Amino acid sequence: MAVLVVADHDNAELKDTTAKTVTAALALSPDVDVLVAGKGIAGVAAEAATLSGVRKVLTAESDALGAHIAEALSGLIVPLMANYDAVLSPATNVGKNFAPRVAALLDVAPLSDVQEIVDPSTFVRPIYAGNALETVSSSDAKKVITVRATAFKAAEHGGSAPVEAIDPGPGAPHTRFVSEEIVKSDRPELAGAKIVVSGGRAMGSAEEFHKVIEPLADKLGAAVGASRAAVDAGYAPNDYQVGQTGKVVAPQLYVAIGISGAIQHLAGMKDSKVIVAINKDADAPIFQVADYGLVSDYKTAVPELMAALTAAGK
Amino acid sequence: MKVLVPVKRVIDYNVKARVKSDQTGVDLANVKMSMNPFCEIAVEEAVRLQEKGVATEVVVVSIGPIQAQETIRTALAMGAERGILIQTDTDPEPLEVAKLLAAVAKAEEPRLILMGKQAIDGDNNAVGQMLSALLGWPQATFASKVEVSGDKAKVTREVDGGLQTLEVDLPAVVTADLRLNEPRYASLPNIMKAKRKTIDIKTPDDFGGLAAGHLKVVKVTEPPKRTAGVKVENAAELVAKLKTEAGVI
Repeated sequence: MAVLVVADHDNAELKDTTAKTVTAALALSPDVDVLVAGKGIAGVAAEAATLSGVRKVLTAESDALGAHIAEALSGLIVPLMANYDAVLSPATNVGKNFAPRVAALLDVAPLSDVQEIVDPSTFVRPIYAGNALETVSSSDAKKVITVRATAFKAAEHGGSAPVEAIDPGPGAPHTRFVSEEIVKSDRPELAGAKIVVSGGRAMGSAEEFHKVIEPLADKLGAAVGASRAAVDAGYAPNDYQVGQTGKVVAPQLYVAIGISGAIQHLAGMKDSKVIVAINKDADAPIFQVADYGLVSDYKTAVPELMAALTAAGK
Repeated sequence: MKVLVPVKRVIDYNVKARVKSDQTGVDLANVKMSMNPFCEIAVEEAVRLQEKGVATEVVVVSIGPIQAQETIRTALAMGAERGILIQTDTDPEPLEVAKLLAAVAKAEEPRLILMGKQAIDGDNNAVGQMLSALLGWPQATFASKVEVSGDKAKVTREVDGGLQTLEVDLPAVVTADLRLNEPRYASLPNIMKAKRKTIDIKTPDDFGGLAAGHLKVVKVTEPPKRTAGVKVENAAELVAKLKTEAGVI
């Protein structure tokens, strides 16, 4: 059986989540094709073609696909499923948006946020904000899966799959793209960063968040994250949010500053390799998951940390 | 314009879910249950549309045990007009829920379905998208702003890296994200008023029935626990450990 991976991209760059989803797909079948649906995506397709294990790259272009509109994506993917036994996408907002729609149109049960493939019909996924793991088996002949990309290793680059353009499908006659505001940053992207520095409610203001968290992140070459409390208080933008209702990250190093460690935050970062917590409250739950804890007010700890990093040649 | 709001009764979001020792699921006995927080946001948005004169009627529907009436009653106290309970003691999977809701939508003919983006128990984030597909309606998920004018809705969505604004023709399905609004607390007079509002109790068979599921839960387990590491004395010791012991910087 062949499986289809829907590439995650912004029309300019292929996201690392795609390479991770290819690894998940290879657990189902050796015949993995990648669909790059968007607008002006030749570069993305060329990069997808270099992923090891990819048999073929399909490209489909239209304005609606360029805006990742779910109706356009599902209209394109559903007929393609005649040739595939499974379709996988990373569980990004784009993936979560179109995958259930594809599943409903195929009359199958979607499998959301899969973090482990036990066998081609059995999957493990988090429920209750990651407080429980559900092992579920699907009786559907065709599977529609979104994967928690941080749980899979990225496929290597070393292949050279052929690229084939296909018809973009019916589009989205009842949905129109109006505008988008994408935050541009020189920092690494939160979801794929090797180091993440996150700030919590203790920051007390947006100015303080900028002044404390961002220089430390830049010194470490890290992405910036925030707890839901900090985001809700307006100290950091929405897309910084790490947690069950925000981004799920699994960097090599996660530095939590002034974050108490609510369940919902832990669900978004507990798979990080090394966790550092700086908090003045020695009883904060974040210390129960931290590999290294520093009980100290961030106001003194962060400048000292900056100085210690400089001294260590960072 | 009629607005339909599906709501779900789930474990209260402040309660930590505990896995049953026989691994068949999460223990819900004697646990506080509440309206799913995302559903609450959807109800609030529908009531606000009604207060602005955009919506003429807000109908709430829930699928679940008889106690889900309380969840519907909460929505009625927030300002919805009437409720429908599709009573079942089974826990239908998202595809079946979407099919029942599609049948409700065909009977009620709303111009807008506003619902939470996901329930905090199954965390599937699927029913809104599936319902929209089954009805052949456009969808606007993860909404942080909804403006309805005439037969269109302009919806700002939370997407990876920022915000996207779409315009959809009505009827449509819109799913609520966290920052769409802050739900109100129902006032005592409104709670009293809600007791007199109608809840129709129906069965799945009234809406096409429940098919056998496509999924089987093999087991539910606790996630692997992380253990607490060490406390360091100061920043210099922290950097030294990160460099030599952990090797991450």
